[in-house]
Amino acid sequence: MKYVMAVIKPQKLDDVRDALTKLGVEGMTVSEVKGFGRQKGHSEVYRGAEYQVDFLPKIKIEIAVDAQRATHVVEAIRDAAKTDRIGDGKIFVLDLEQAVRVRTGEVGAAAL
Amino acid sequence: MIFRACVAVIAVVIALAGQAAAQAPTAASDTSAFVFNTMLFLIAGMVVMFMAAGFCMLEVGLVRSKNAATICLKNIALYSVAGVMFYLVGYDLLYTDHNGFIGSFSIWNADDTNPIEKGHASHSGWYFQMVFVATAASIVSGTLAERIKLFPFLIFVVALTGFIYPIQAGWVWGEGWLDARFDDFAGSTLVHAAGGWAALAGALVLGPRDGKFAGGAVHPLPGSSLPLATLGTFILWLGWFGFNGGSQLALGTIDDAASVAAVFVNTNMAACGGVLAAIILTQLLYKKVDLTIVLNGAIGGLVSITAEPLQPAVWQAILIGAAGGVIVTLAVPLLDRLKIDDVVGAIPAHLFCGIWGTLIVPLTNNAVTFWGQLTGVVVIGVFVFVVSLAVWIALKYSLGVRASAEHQRVGLDKTELGLEAYPEFASA
Repeated sequence: MKYVMAVIKPQKLDDVRDALTKLGVEGMTVSEVKGFGRQKGHSEVYRGAEYQVDFLPKIKIEIAVDAQRATHVVEAIRDAAKTDRIGDGKIFVLDLEQAVRVRTGEVGAAAL
Repeated sequence: MIFRACVAVIAVVIALAGQAAAQAPTAASDTSAFVFNTMLFLIAGMVVMFMAAGFCMLEVGLVRSKNAATICLKNIALYSVAGVMFYLVGYDLLYTDHNGFIGSFSIWNADDTNPIEKGHASHSGWYFQMVFVATAASIVSGTLAERIKLFPFLIFVVALTGFIYPIQAGWVWGEGWLDARFDDFAGSTLVHAAGGWAALAGALVLGPRDGKFAGGAVHPLPGSSLPLATLGTFILWLGWFGFNGGSQLALGTIDDAASVAAVFVNTNMAACGGVLAAIILTQLLYKKVDLTIVLNGAIGGLVSITAEPLQPAVWQAILIGAAGGVIVTLAVPLLDRLKIDDVVGAIPAHLFCGIWGTLIVPLTNNAVTFWGQLTGVVVIGVFVFVVSLAVWIALKYSLGVRASAEHQRVGLDKTELGLEAYPEFASA
């Protein structure tokens, strides 16, 4: 099993969700997060004074999938979240040791 | 046939209309005039009272959410302190047995023994004046938001609404020594600049919010809700019709009714001018329209027309207000450069535009001189600023006025009130 964690632009969430649904992904966890990467922040003007916004709002998606589907999931996120502008985000893939479905107690791939 | 009938009807209508125009209007009876004057005070007073809500929403929108509940409390508290103080000392100090410099130290008593001579119900006059005092105090709370302790602030409001405001306003509106040479219709100087001077003195003694000018640079601390700030500005704009319109002080004659209506239109158009000037100027200066400065522009336009909302032609009112919008747009970054932290822009809008509005009165009112206006601006400015400064310094070295760095970091809502304005949202 793999744990796919992606940080994307907030306005691309619907596109990514649609792409993953088409792949048959049955669940994901979404959080509103803030951070910076190579884009750094950007500047805004408030009452005539410019200031730096260091942490930009992003969406973090977390998905647990079978190891053999992880590549497709990563590709789907990559294609759907892409705007070709700086700040499109990152995708991380981690090995997933265990998964448990709380209601039934199923474990491993059956719990995904 | 039908055509002829129409001509006849039109002829009769024209004849009747001509007759009506030629007739001199009958004056309202004493009772009618008394009732209308009283209604003007009561209704205008209600609208001005609601400006307290406008100030509260403007301020709550421009502070960070960790200080939102505290600014709400300060606003409702200062309104209440103003009411009690104006009853206990303020009103009589302003109006009763005025010797030129000061009225009497006594508790206000309603007096309806001679209603026809007075022209309005005694309570209505007191009520209308009371809501003005609260306005002056509201100005101070916005400037000093996010770092002043609650009780020292309220003690200052006691001094301002019970003594400082009534004494200086009495010099003009209490028929005191300035009245003959200085004119201020609804209070560009006596209410707005006075509140602004008190706020400036407070800002100097209190210092800026922690982090605002850290390292010598200007660090904006963006407000928590621009929609609330905009709502507050609209409420203030509405309230100003009572503020300026009610300051005609009478509605018992055709002349008075026409004047109140003219004041309404000029007040409205000055605010429009202030908004448009701020939109254009911020776009030119920053390549983006700056909403919160535009909101200040509306207030700046309103304050600018308050000293003389009756005499200007509509186009003059627009220009006087537009100049107020320009003043606000330039003064907000100027105060930042001077390291004076004015959270909501009250000093540019109320103090600077109050001075501008007062000095421009001679342009449209021949009965007023520039030197007379300047005398009033300077004398009242020096009086309010110096006395306020003394009170603030006394508070600083007795109770202390400034919330600690730790309290400012956590937010005054938690440290002063022990609550949060928005407890259902996790704070960042």
